[in-house]
Amino acid sequence: MMKKTAHMGLFLASALILSYIESLIPFYFGIPGVKLGLANLAVLFALYRYGWREALLLNLMRILLAGFLFGNLFTIIYSLAGAITSFSVMCLLKQPDSFSILGVSIAGGVSHNIGQILAAYFVTKTAGVAFYLPVLLIAGIITGLLIGLAAREVLKYWNVRHDWL
Amino acid sequence: MKIKRNDIYLILAVLAIALLFFCWQRYNGKKTTENARVIVEREGKAIGDYPLGTKEQLIFTDDYGKKNVLTIQDGQAFIEEADCPDKLCVKHKPISRNGESIICLPHKLAIRIVGGEEEEVDVILR
Repeated sequence: MMKKTAHMGLFLASALILSYIESLIPFYFGIPGVKLGLANLAVLFALYRYGWREALLLNLMRILLAGFLFGNLFTIIYSLAGAITSFSVMCLLKQPDSFSILGVSIAGGVSHNIGQILAAYFVTKTAGVAFYLPVLLIAGIITGLLIGLAAREVLKYWNVRHDWL
Repeated sequence: MKIKRNDIYLILAVLAIALLFFCWQRYNGKKTTENARVIVEREGKAIGDYPLGTKEQLIFTDDYGKKNVLTIQDGQAFIEEADCPDKLCVKHKPISRNGESIICLPHKLAIRIVGGEEEEVDVILR
């Protein structure tokens, strides 16, 4: 139990660092909403290492903390919309013998972007936000794949070398 | 954990949807006629409607004094200046095609191109 608490703290810290790194990179592709989603690496990892409850807690904590540290209330609401959609989809797809961690991560990336488009729709009440959908779908596949690959490698390594923690 | 067959199917399905949407947009937004208009909306309510053919600079200020400067020239519309935190609307490329839009989320502002009627015939030869 103590070990798990310590691990959760560690994951939250790394999620915050990843959010910070992401806020440092001027990662702009000409389309609003496209970003790497580095922090999802920690969430995905917690989802596979522990389960959905722990991952959800981690997800909410990092959004609130990162939002207040590097953003504002507006960015919190906006990223919450993406995170809740992507988290639900990832939990639903994470069944044994259905998708690998890569598929789960891709679905997460894609649904994150769909969630943000929906949030943008509710904020502006303009159907024009759907204009970004194709680009955001493809961007979701690419970023999801990258994060999935990274999470897979970390998990592999963790299972071998986590005794010292 | 190797990549599974389902993962590939997922990627292909999303790609197909994206492609479908893209083609549909291209088809719809193929041409803007001279009647094309620039519609400005805040929170879904139209607050401005200008012909795309003019040369104009407009300032939109919301209830909190936050402003976006919209420039229309050479058949294109773009946000020249804004005091929103992310400046995504300013970085957005100029829009001219039917259905294209620039959205400033922090100010809940949307700029949209609405084409007049589609040209049915390209050229009439006599």
